[in-house]
Amino acid sequence: MKTVETEKITLAFGAAGGQPTAVEIPVGAVIQRTYWHNVWRRVSRDPFTVACALVLTVVAAAALFAPWLGLPEPTLTNSANRLLPVGSPGHLLGTDELGRDMFSRLIYGGRLSLMMGILPVLVALLVGGTLGLIAGFVGGRVNMLIMRITDVFYAFPSILLAVAIAGSLGAGIGNALLAITIVFIPPLTRVTESVTTQVRAMDFVEAARASGAGTFTIIRIHVLGNVLGPIFVYATVLISVSIVISAGLSFIGLGASPPDAEWGLMLNTLREAIFLAPLNSVLPGFMIFIASMCFNLISDGLRSAMDVRL
Amino acid sequence: MVEHTMLMTAARSTAPELRPLLSVRNLRKYFPVRSDRLMGPRLLVQAVDDVSFTITAGETLGIVGESGCGKSTTARLLMHLIAPDAGEVWLGGKRLGGSGGFTLRELRRNMQMVFQDSYASLNPRLSVRDSIAFGPRAHGVPAEKARAKARELLGLVGLDPGQFSRRYPHELSGGQRQRVNLARALALDPKLEILDEAVSALDKSIEAQVLNLLMDLKRELGLTYLFISHDLNVVQYVSDHVLVMYLGKVVELGTVDDIYHRPRHPYTRALLASRPSMDPEARIDRSPLTGDPPNPINPPSGCRFRTRCAFAEAVCEKVEPALTVCSAASGHAVACHMHIDRSGHSRHG
Repeated sequence: MKTVETEKITLAFGAAGGQPTAVEIPVGAVIQRTYWHNVWRRVSRDPFTVACALVLTVVAAAALFAPWLGLPEPTLTNSANRLLPVGSPGHLLGTDELGRDMFSRLIYGGRLSLMMGILPVLVALLVGGTLGLIAGFVGGRVNMLIMRITDVFYAFPSILLAVAIAGSLGAGIGNALLAITIVFIPPLTRVTESVTTQVRAMDFVEAARASGAGTFTIIRIHVLGNVLGPIFVYATVLISVSIVISAGLSFIGLGASPPDAEWGLMLNTLREAIFLAPLNSVLPGFMIFIASMCFNLISDGLRSAMDVRL
Repeated sequence: MVEHTMLMTAARSTAPELRPLLSVRNLRKYFPVRSDRLMGPRLLVQAVDDVSFTITAGETLGIVGESGCGKSTTARLLMHLIAPDAGEVWLGGKRLGGSGGFTLRELRRNMQMVFQDSYASLNPRLSVRDSIAFGPRAHGVPAEKARAKARELLGLVGLDPGQFSRRYPHELSGGQRQRVNLARALALDPKLEILDEAVSALDKSIEAQVLNLLMDLKRELGLTYLFISHDLNVVQYVSDHVLVMYLGKVVELGTVDDIYHRPRHPYTRALLASRPSMDPEARIDRSPLTGDPPNPINPPSGCRFRTRCAFAEAVCEKVEPALTVCSAASGHAVACHMHIDRSGHSRHG
């Protein structure tokens, strides 16, 4: 859209020296923004959200490019240098109980931990979102069937359910991912269903139906746009939960297995050294805290930025 | 008020083409509701029961009645936003469905609707232009053409396209939003517009502006209106014919002159008597109608109005009065035993 600069309003002010000062204000040159432009603008003005996004970007980029950062091998043991304190020469954040470099392991650990945080939510978002959209838009018996099945999963606390599923499938990263995905499908289905049901009852969907548009067109143009916002917000919260659950699964030996670097697993192996090197032992926990906290705060920022009425 | 009367005569003097555009026969919708008891009988709300009427091309049919009488349900049934239980809809001599009839898509192209809530009926995530262009886009019009159409329509409803086409609903006032809704409803070049309380939620001054816009558009585009409102003054101003509904039934149907100056049904008379007047001498001292309408789940036997009617007799309880033409010249019809010959009612007229 090109801006119109033909018309101008000239305002004159009496300045201090008695000379009127003219100010020209262009008319019609209003910068028109789409909804997502507005969201982006609001998010980028929110210091907390921006800070959290920066921290996460740094952590994620470091994890992604870890092999090219010239870090010591994360699985390289050195029994002579066990549990070196934070700040030791050559080992910025010390070493763990097998003499492996903590800094390197924390960076490499982000690869597994973040992946286990994000991947299950993405898959669950796809499955649960679709189910919820169908249940909410079709309604009636279909809604009944889908929602009552998801209710069954609500009978168990999510961590317990994840442990039960991962436990019955056997230890391993793949099974842990699957377990967390299954745990996240019901809540995402439910959130999508409730938002879709609300949107479907609105007059603009009626009006769209009245214009003779097909069901898929209506869902794509009128429903999806109004449903995605709240679901994205919820999914971001779930990423932080997912990081915590996957760390928990690894901690009790159902996720990553030694010698892999993973924050939950590191927390477990270092827990025996908590009195010898307390700072080293809490570092993986600190990373889990930072990552999940950042996702939580970003979710908050997104929620307020997406509120159209503000 | 003077201006209203002048415009009213002006609107009516335009000669209508005398062919039925929309013809509705025996439209019925009962909504099932959950029973209080677990294994209780299935209850039905008789929202719209056996409603028939025709609208001539170029005229405006007003539908009036208390809230809950089935006005809006009738509108939604016509658009098939709710599936009717029974009844036929004929548009321009062709029936909906069946062989040789037209499809739902064609019906919706020819018939469009404006809703009461101007905010809820616009998608908050779509710009005004995209909202208006949605209908044509859904019917296969290329994006550029649909947008050009949207701009043209914005101009038609009195909104500067350059200023408004990229705005979002929350950036508009109520009157502006309703103009956008009107533009949206015109985007498919429909023949019939259903205006379901389209001006009821607006301020009085804005309401008058939008009403005048409606009258102008009708003249310019050769539209036909089905105008639903609870506001008797507005209906009198815009309509050629008026249909009075009570508890899902048509109780009286006639020209605006017949209904407002020679009302026959006791309910119509009570409705008209309940109108606030500008004349301090014509103050209403007694309430012309008391109580609420009965529950539509279990409507009274015979005449549905008898529980609130001052003239109810035994026959009103036993026999349901059929909608009967009482003036062949103007087509004035009423469903009341007092106006049916040999109905058994002691009064007549």
